[in-house]
Amino acid sequence: MAGEQQDHQTSVYHHDDQGNPVEQSSHDGDTVSETRLSDYWQANLKFLGALLVVWFSVSFGAGIIFADTLDQYTFLGFPLGFWFAQQGAIYVFVVLIFVYVIGMSRIDRAYGVEDDDKTSDTAGEHTS
Amino acid sequence: MSVQVLTYIFVGITFAIYIAIALWARAKSTTDFYVAGGGVHPVVNGMATAADWMSAASFISMAGIIAFMGRDGAVYLLGWTGGYVLLALLLAPYLRKFGQFTVPDFIGERYYSKAARVVAVVCLIFISFTYIAGQMRGVGIVFSRFLEVEIATGVMIGMAIVFIYAALGGMKGITYTQAAQYCVLIFAYMVPAIFISILVSGSPIPQLGFGGTMADGSGRAVLETLDGVLLDLGFGAYTAGAKSTIDVFAITAALMIGTAGLPHVIVRFFTVPKVSDARRSAGWALIFIAILYTTAPAVAVFARLNFVESVNEKPYEETPAWFRNWEDIGLVAWQDKNDDGRLQYRAGAPFAGAPDFTDERGESGQRLMANATTDTDNEVYVDRDIIVLANPEIAALPDWVVALVAAGGLAAALSTAAGLLLVISAAVSHDLLKKTFSPTLSERQELLYARIAIAVALGLAGLFGIYPPAFVAQVVAFAFGLAAASLFPAILLGVFSKRMNKEGAIAGMVAGLGFTFSYIVYFKFISPDSNTAANWLFGISPEGIGFIGALLNFAVAGLVAAMTAAPPQAVQDLVDDIRLPSGASVAHKH
Repeated sequence: MAGEQQDHQTSVYHHDDQGNPVEQSSHDGDTVSETRLSDYWQANLKFLGALLVVWFSVSFGAGIIFADTLDQYTFLGFPLGFWFAQQGAIYVFVVLIFVYVIGMSRIDRAYGVEDDDKTSDTAGEHTS
Repeated sequence: MSVQVLTYIFVGITFAIYIAIALWARAKSTTDFYVAGGGVHPVVNGMATAADWMSAASFISMAGIIAFMGRDGAVYLLGWTGGYVLLALLLAPYLRKFGQFTVPDFIGERYYSKAARVVAVVCLIFISFTYIAGQMRGVGIVFSRFLEVEIATGVMIGMAIVFIYAALGGMKGITYTQAAQYCVLIFAYMVPAIFISILVSGSPIPQLGFGGTMADGSGRAVLETLDGVLLDLGFGAYTAGAKSTIDVFAITAALMIGTAGLPHVIVRFFTVPKVSDARRSAGWALIFIAILYTTAPAVAVFARLNFVESVNEKPYEETPAWFRNWEDIGLVAWQDKNDDGRLQYRAGAPFAGAPDFTDERGESGQRLMANATTDTDNEVYVDRDIIVLANPEIAALPDWVVALVAAGGLAAALSTAAGLLLVISAAVSHDLLKKTFSPTLSERQELLYARIAIAVALGLAGLFGIYPPAFVAQVVAFAFGLAAASLFPAILLGVFSKRMNKEGAIAGMVAGLGFTFSYIVYFKFISPDSNTAANWLFGISPEGIGFIGALLNFAVAGLVAAMTAAPPQAVQDLVDDIRLPSGASVAHKH
């Protein structure tokens, strides 16, 4: 699952990356064509899907549904199912969000829709 | 110095800091007031989000509940942190890109309908009030135990403090205050946890300590020891679950979806400058949250072990001082069923209901109760909310640690209460007055109404705190079920389905909320006697029913949307725009 996705991402990278770094930080969403948006959205959904599979497996899977089965193994002194339910899943959650942050900024750049290099310095002010 | 003096000093210092920050970060515009000007650094915002989100329930109640639930307590750990992942991945970046002030703003614009906005406001107010009542109750407990004032007085002092910095500073004041409150609360949580972990297991890292061996030289594992002690007293083993798997699954799911739908947490992502900041900020917040959430189950294990050892079979006269202190405010009680003058702590309820004290004292000096006895051997009543607060005393830690925990509990309760008050006030002044009934309102008037709304909301919340409906975490669980069944599906569909229209969203919210609300009210209030697994739908308890409510919401919304017209082109374009991170600017006026 992960490998397949990796391929997709990198191929898009080569295809699209260098071209549009300037237009992309435009404030106007219209400069992004419909097809590019839809490709971007598909890549986004695929990535989200993969992360949610992990999210589900460690919490509902290892921590709840298979907890009793996993409890026969010991990890760091804990029954394994108990550890996933009360410790492990939370660590994985933290990692997941950071993988998401990094992965998404890659996808954003690959499709030229990232929001970096813009607005952050002046952000507090120009509201009225 | 006595514990009480130390507590006054700690609480006094922290309150002075909060108010100083509020004065420094006073809100000047509605943008400041609702979304802190949209210019908060992701790490600061992460801390503020963590404090906002870790309520009195997380700080005061959670470890206590886990201590008495054992493995099943994971529903709270998994539910509250796992929901955070959903929020970070599925909602936060898109809502930031959308860039308005409130959750009903999003629902109202996305579903091009005042009716949808009003439905969202009603959901939001209901959820926030349920939740805030729990916070005020937490404030009351801390005040009455550590500062020895009446619960009602404690609640009123808490209200006054929150009012000062929420009404003055708005979101800007609240954000910076909450970052400070995070530091106070995490320090206050970790210090006793580390102490106790060293005492019980010899390990300075609680997360590892409760998987280690006892420090008493017996060489037995901590969890094994606890399982043994509990089985001897007639309880179930700590590391085994007592609830059915489907119920644990549903409760966890309801808490997860509910967390992701909590308006006061969602609105935090409106305060950072960019979409990528919203993503990063969610990551930081979860790190800050995880520090407490991985410590809580360790605290639970140590506390349960210490509690049994310091209470069971002790003659009343020899019980530690904390036992009698908490007895004085009615959160622990002892009924000497076999007249041996010793406390027998066993499984089962000691007597029917919460203690109903008479003014008399028994032979050993204990407070007597009018409650009807049950036929269990258990003689000890303990309110689970006290475990974290009493923990330092149970483990005989220094007085300053006890005082620190009191200040931390207040920080947790106040930070969450302030965040909730803000979304209530924004919902009333912005969504109801400005956007629905009186569009000509000037910015100054809107700000004034926002501040009035905070005052009114605070007054009502205080009443709930003084006359609490149930104990802290249970009240909060109710709010989660409702958030799961109403707001989360509507927002998610709004981003991920272009075809979703106003008819579908409104029908979904009404169906989800109506179903969940009726189910909970039926089993909790109308017919509490029938609140058993045999009568539940699919064996799912009222705590977990929000999961079914959310599924119902999705199903009804999809069905109704398929039978009605697609949303207008402008709205479909809006969805396209939300999905693109670039071009995200500051939350704009409208």
